[in-house]
Amino acid sequence: MRHYPTILSQEIRALLFSPITYVAAVLFLLVMGGIFTVILDDYSKQAQEIAPAAIFFNSFWIPVFFMVPLLTMKSFAEERRMGTLETLLTTPVSTAEVVLGKFSAAYLFYMLLWGATLGFHYILHIYARDARYLDSGPLIGGFLFIAISGLLFIAVGILASALTRSYEVAAILTFTILFGLIFGLRFLGQTNALNAEVLQPLKASVDTLQILSHVEDFTHGVVDTRQAFFYVTGAVLALIFSILGVEYKILNS
Amino acid sequence: MAEIPDITIEVSHLKKSYGSLNAVNDLSFSVKRGEIIGLLGPNGAGKSTTMRILTGYLPATSGSVHICGVPVASQPEATKRFVGYMPENNPLPDDMRVSEYLWFRGRLKEMPRAKLRARIEEVLELCDIKRNRHRILGHLSKGNKQRVGIAEAILAEPAVIIMDEPTIGLDPHQILIVRDLIASLRGRMSVIISSHILPEIEATCDRVLIINSGRIVAQGSPSELRRDIFGHTSYRLELAGDAASLGGHLAAIDTTLKTISLSEPGSDGFFIASLMTEATADLGEKLLQVLPGQGYRIRSISRTEPSLEDVFLAATRRSWDARLPDKKNSQGDNRAPLPKA
Repeated sequence: MRHYPTILSQEIRALLFSPITYVAAVLFLLVMGGIFTVILDDYSKQAQEIAPAAIFFNSFWIPVFFMVPLLTMKSFAEERRMGTLETLLTTPVSTAEVVLGKFSAAYLFYMLLWGATLGFHYILHIYARDARYLDSGPLIGGFLFIAISGLLFIAVGILASALTRSYEVAAILTFTILFGLIFGLRFLGQTNALNAEVLQPLKASVDTLQILSHVEDFTHGVVDTRQAFFYVTGAVLALIFSILGVEYKILNS
Repeated sequence: MAEIPDITIEVSHLKKSYGSLNAVNDLSFSVKRGEIIGLLGPNGAGKSTTMRILTGYLPATSGSVHICGVPVASQPEATKRFVGYMPENNPLPDDMRVSEYLWFRGRLKEMPRAKLRARIEEVLELCDIKRNRHRILGHLSKGNKQRVGIAEAILAEPAVIIMDEPTIGLDPHQILIVRDLIASLRGRMSVIISSHILPEIEATCDRVLIINSGRIVAQGSPSELRRDIFGHTSYRLELAGDAASLGGHLAAIDTTLKTISLSEPGSDGFFIASLMTEATADLGEKLLQVLPGQGYRIRSISRTEPSLEDVFLAATRRSWDARLPDKKNSQGDNRAPLPKA
């Protein structure tokens, strides 16, 4: 892991110099700002039962669908298309270091952007002059969810990018997998297809993999280690497959 | 850098196949320290594939490659430390500055910070890109990009430098600069370059490997190749005297020396004789000594050598012919049978 810091700093630099990063950041803050405004609007009309932060984090999937592909699509696809992957891998670095470096840089950026949304809550707190609006419980829970689920989402993006040389394909693939994970599993859980007696174990596991209910658990203060385990192992698997994917593509280059 | 052994690259029975296609087929050669080797071959001959295997980027199907005595297949990370590599078309990240890029690459190649700073100055100077050090790679001209690629390859002072088509797309002036740059590495580092430009290889390389369809069809220094492939040397003489008895006088100089053609004598009595010999030594001086003694007047003499281009064409053409029945050479080397002139 000797080259990891070098690759990480290089990747962060590349993200900072890439216009796509700023497009993603602006889009993200616009969308999240819009969502936050709508939530506040609802709260000003009538009293609600749950904290605004909880509702805010419930809409996490909207930015995930466009931001994760934008942040990760270029990582390997672009390098492979340019040919710089070859020069990179003929130095004494291992593929694992490269994959981890790219993953960490994208993940850091993802967290940085989410961190920026803390500003919304702070502004609300200042203007409302009411400590109740800055409800730390759902905020901490929500950010914990974002941090843990982000591992999986970003790793999926890296995996998609490792499998192709076109970043358009990588972006669409990332979106598709994320959509399948977040909504596909939800639809699967709601259909009657899994109601047969034999399929009960499958149905049980699909029911525990509802990402949309995980976020509710987290914002309500229920931090289930099984859920965290799902995201972490998922991320590790996706990264291992990314390493294999990069090496497999070289074998057939 | 650890002690560099005398043989820096050793390739034996290297094979690489993609499905049913054999890109590299039973290739064996070795490179000594400080030698500059040219890899010649038509498109798709397996030059780039061979180079990629040497760098440890591509795994071989069978056979072995040792770089400085270390096997590439089992210890790729160790051998990558000995190798500086510039791929075909020299891909560079467009958004970095020259000095930033060299710094990043130096760090990846495990150079300590203090040494790297001084070394970057050195290679910038060596490759004459000091003026462009703060420019963005994407804005550089092709020639300057190529020099950055070479600077990057020699940055960590590796024992082996592998360059795939280093002069492709350059103008003659830049080719000259790059050629001088490569020649300046002679003796210190082993260099393997591939090229289509034959005079290029001839000017810089100590030894040439001609590859076709993944196998070596000829190897040796340019002059050895000429002899091997054509087996003869020709001379062109412009002289006046008795044309009929010339053959006898020539046989007295060297038994294999023969006239191929004689032109009609001009108004001044001079005619042109084309001679051919299998002798390896230069017979020019002997001709000049013996013939005037026999009453001939010589106006000009020149030795005509087949160009490397002819050698290349002959070697690759012959190997195509020789390919179909998979002949094994009795001497145990992997050359295709050589043509008889």
